[in-house]
Amino acid sequence: MPAITTDQVEARVVEALASFGPEADRISRDSTFEELDIDSLDLVELAQIVEDEYGVVLKGEDMKQLKSVGDAVDLIVSRSS
Amino acid sequence: MGINYRSDREAAERVVDQIAGDGGEAIAVGADVTDSGAPDRLFGTLEDHFGAPVLALVNNAGVSRDDLVPTLGDEDWSTVIEVDLTAAFRLTRRALVPMMRARTGRIVNIASVVGLRANPGQANYAAAKAGLIALTKTAAVEVARRGVTVNAVAPGWIATEMTAELSKDLLEHVPARRAGTPEEVAGCVRFLASEEASYVTGAVLTVDGGMAA
Repeated sequence: MPAITTDQVEARVVEALASFGPEADRISRDSTFEELDIDSLDLVELAQIVEDEYGVVLKGEDMKQLKSVGDAVDLIVSRSS
Repeated sequence: MGINYRSDREAAERVVDQIAGDGGEAIAVGADVTDSGAPDRLFGTLEDHFGAPVLALVNNAGVSRDDLVPTLGDEDWSTVIEVDLTAAFRLTRRALVPMMRARTGRIVNIASVVGLRANPGQANYAAAKAGLIALTKTAAVEVARRGVTVNAVAPGWIATEMTAELSKDLLEHVPARRAGTPEEVAGCVRFLASEEASYVTGAVLTVDGGMAA
């Protein structure tokens, strides 16, 4: 599988988060899940999308550490390499 | 539709044939739901066969091992909790994420009136069914805004193999003065699994001829 880039992951994460409620143009790397009103159930669903599409398994304790969109993107990219 | 069985394959195949006769499509899938790998195998088989996520789950597997609390053995306690509660939890856990992603889904747990009110000799069964009702309500609240509903049906005395040996005198405690039929339970399950029940979640629907009223 070709290496996935940070930009690709970020675009997919933003798309997924937008499907949970917040407008896509409100979501940036620096946005925190709290300010986007993304809750723990949303993060469970995000983890499943990431697993299906990138083969990266994120557990509940991984997700609990994440505060911002950038945190999630960086974790996914680091686990996929 | 998938029909799970543990040991009675023929009975499962009869249900499959009946569904096919009514114009539906079903397959029978063997698995012991107390096996922790069973949910993945069951759901994987159905997802592969139908090419779509499972969007309705009825947790119907159940056993009873009746005894009074002072003499109720550890094994009889554990067996009933494992089959009637833990298996339903594991299947619910496996079912929820695809349902959440589909923004629709129906889970119907077959509880019992003894999960709502006492029945001497059934502490293990009552504890499992009360636990199943609490699981139902908690899961319902967690996933409600994803369009997924989780409800319980609580049958009273239903004429099945499990109740065949009970004394008919007990019907005095049933306001309707008769046992219910499996079809009367199935009708409620069908409603809760339908599109019409889209705003019903975390509910316990008693099907008991008035016993719990």
